[in-house]
Amino acid sequence: MSAKLKDRIATGVIVAFSLLIIAILLGMLGYILVRGLSHISWDFLTSVPETIRAGGGIGPQLFNSLYLLVLTLIITIPLGIGAGIYMAEYAKGGRLTAAVRLVVEVLSSFPSIVVGLFGLLLIVNTFNFGFSVLSGALVLTIFNMPLMVRVTEQAFRNVPKEQKEAGLAMGLSHWKIITSILFPVALPAIITGTILAAGRIFGEAAALLFTAGMTTPRLDFTDWNPMSLNSPINPMRPAETLSVHIWKVNSEGIAPDAAEIAAGASAVLVLMVLIFNLLARWVGRLLYRKFTSIK
Amino acid sequence: MKAKQETPLLFRKHRAEEWIGRIYTTFCVTLLIVVIFSIVYFVASKGVSTFAVNGISLSEFLFGTEWLPDNNQFGALPFIFGSFITSLLAAVIASPLSVCAALFMTEIMPSWGKKVLQPVVELLAGIPSVVYGFIGLSVLVPFLRDIFPGQGIGVAAGSLVLSIMILPTITSIATDALGSLPRNLKEASYGLGATRWQTIAGVVLPTVMPSVLTGVVLGMARAFGEALAVQMVIGNAPHIPRSLFESASTLTSVITLNMSNTVMGSAQNNALWSMALILLFMTFVFVFVVRLLERRAKI
Amino acid sequence: MTDILRTENLKIYYGQNEAVKGVDLSFPENSVTALIGPSGCGKSTFLRALNRMNDEIPGSRMTGSIWINGRNINAPDTDVTVLRQSIGMVWQRPNPFYKSIYANIAFGPKYHGIKNKKQLDQIVEDSLRKAALWDEVKDRLHQSALSLSGGQQQRLCIARALSVQPKILLLDEPASALDPVSTAKIEELILQLKEQLCIVIVTHNMQQAARISGHTAYFYMGKLIEYDKTDVIFTNPSDPMTQEYISGRFG
Repeated sequence: MSAKLKDRIATGVIVAFSLLIIAILLGMLGYILVRGLSHISWDFLTSVPETIRAGGGIGPQLFNSLYLLVLTLIITIPLGIGAGIYMAEYAKGGRLTAAVRLVVEVLSSFPSIVVGLFGLLLIVNTFNFGFSVLSGALVLTIFNMPLMVRVTEQAFRNVPKEQKEAGLAMGLSHWKIITSILFPVALPAIITGTILAAGRIFGEAAALLFTAGMTTPRLDFTDWNPMSLNSPINPMRPAETLSVHIWKVNSEGIAPDAAEIAAGASAVLVLMVLIFNLLARWVGRLLYRKFTSIK
Repeated sequence: MKAKQETPLLFRKHRAEEWIGRIYTTFCVTLLIVVIFSIVYFVASKGVSTFAVNGISLSEFLFGTEWLPDNNQFGALPFIFGSFITSLLAAVIASPLSVCAALFMTEIMPSWGKKVLQPVVELLAGIPSVVYGFIGLSVLVPFLRDIFPGQGIGVAAGSLVLSIMILPTITSIATDALGSLPRNLKEASYGLGATRWQTIAGVVLPTVMPSVLTGVVLGMARAFGEALAVQMVIGNAPHIPRSLFESASTLTSVITLNMSNTVMGSAQNNALWSMALILLFMTFVFVFVVRLLERRAKI
Repeated sequence: MTDILRTENLKIYYGQNEAVKGVDLSFPENSVTALIGPSGCGKSTFLRALNRMNDEIPGSRMTGSIWINGRNINAPDTDVTVLRQSIGMVWQRPNPFYKSIYANIAFGPKYHGIKNKKQLDQIVEDSLRKAALWDEVKDRLHQSALSLSGGQQQRLCIARALSVQPKILLLDEPASALDPVSTAKIEELILQLKEQLCIVIVTHNMQQAARISGHTAYFYMGKLIEYDKTDVIFTNPSDPMTQEYISGRFG
């Protein structure tokens, strides 16, 4: 019965490895949350970091991450959706389309550090945007566009083709069909994909080291003039994000509680990613139900 | 036709709409193409200047083992070696785990696998790389330090962290491949009285192998380009390590650490750009290999 | 009776394959014409040619002419988008937009520039009445069209087609995916609509063709085999192939 025995051993190995993966994730989440959550307080989330003393917070970094995310999405969404629509609706299956598809694939495989270096060279130096929120947002756009293109293309391809046919037979222009008939149906999938992409943007650090910078000016949260250097919403100021902060604290942090700060910040980061994940699922399901109205 | 003469306005309207749509979407796609060509052009023009402007020979850069910027020696082999060895080891560690996870989700326990393992894998994919680096630094490195010689940092720590990071990539591709297998393929094997493992090893795995390899290459590509998580745990010593537990460097880690400490246009700075060019070049190689494998997977 | 729609030596190719091999047919005003024949005989392809829907299929080509109101619409200068606005089409599977019942009907008229809310309300009501759906949905106009049953959805699609007051209505097996009760309703509806429209219907159901159409055209292998008054086709066909098909011997 050696075949049976082998079968059992193999099954055992497969199950054991699968359990190991689950254990690794649980262990990592557990470690981060146990070590980090105890450090999270309102004060930690809102106060300014300290360089040599203990008790610093992550307030500006958290704000920077969110601000950068919003700015990136504002730039990425129209561009990514437009390119995705092109791929799904306008591209004829020729050589040009194959080339564009290759471009999207290559662009999504570029290491983020290389995209960051490109941003340093072109956006930060040549365009003279400096280390700024805007430079960071533009680089994250490059990083995020291929994902949005894929999400949008897939969402449009999944719309039943009868919808498009009905629009064509009614004598609608192709663009009108896209915007008024296909887009609402594709929207839930696009929103779900966008939220997941947002989670990725939120955690990205390598591309931002040399574009959004590793420092933050002292922010004055009463100053909402976008031109003022200390204004939180000035897009031309440098902005160290939460992820970059974790990296910096780990590699060159000298505050006595650097490890706790890193743990706390990691916990915040992981929680945000978890929230993005859950939100994506929930919103996707909700919108799907709303649009199909199956109650 | 009568309707046409009556509604010239409508006639113009739908033409105008069509143009708006075409111009807008074509603009977006063109932007993508412009971006990719600019990336290649700018990084390449900078990366080439090491050889063209600073007069360092290509063979010295690629095969030289001495990285002594103050001495004007720019051998990048330790970093190239570091990148290849960490991503290869990461793939070696992650592949069996990923294939097992994929088999678990499709062959052994589909319902439980979809409900538990799938979300776990998706979450692993979503965790930011700095968090992997942080955990690597605060859990894995001390652990390795306790049971192996050395400081815990090094190629082993880097590869292990990377292997967890690329696990979701390989798993999801392998799962898709397994899920799309025709049912009758397995049934034929079971019909001959084969056990589940005989079916998996004899029929299922050989069929999906090209797809699994695609996943492995994509995972390696990700590992090769990953910067911060590796940089945090590998030690960053600029030489070829003699053991897995000795401090080492990768292309990405040396760029990360030195880009902001060097002056733009200096020989050392240009050498970093040449390394970025290698990363870029390897991306194209990985995409090319993936394409080859995908073509084989279709047949 | 005048012919509103006429084809002349119409040939349709998919790549190298000639799917319709030179068909001459006329369709009078206020009438129902049924296109019958075994699967793959080219009747659906022929139907889709009448509003140039085949243009959307890559690799398809069409020669010959299609005359609508004395104008050849198979000409390069024809604006197919405008052409289609005057021809309604309904398919085998109901395909209402993922919108409310009201929005489904109002969509076309709105696009054509009718902004007045009262006018739109009136069009929605008229169209739904014409499609014999008004009484069933008048209290839930703002619910999703997908909450309707399959038969109701199909009548909604007919109402949607009627909302822009076409002169021609093309039906591609409109009842073949429906239950008998819904089918009966659709047939009744077609007989009513005949008073104002030129209707061309593709059907697999011989009894249906006999019940609702004034003329019947029998297609086989891309050719028009026989065309005549429906009662002639079904009682005394001149071609033996037609005879065999309608008596159910093949197809």
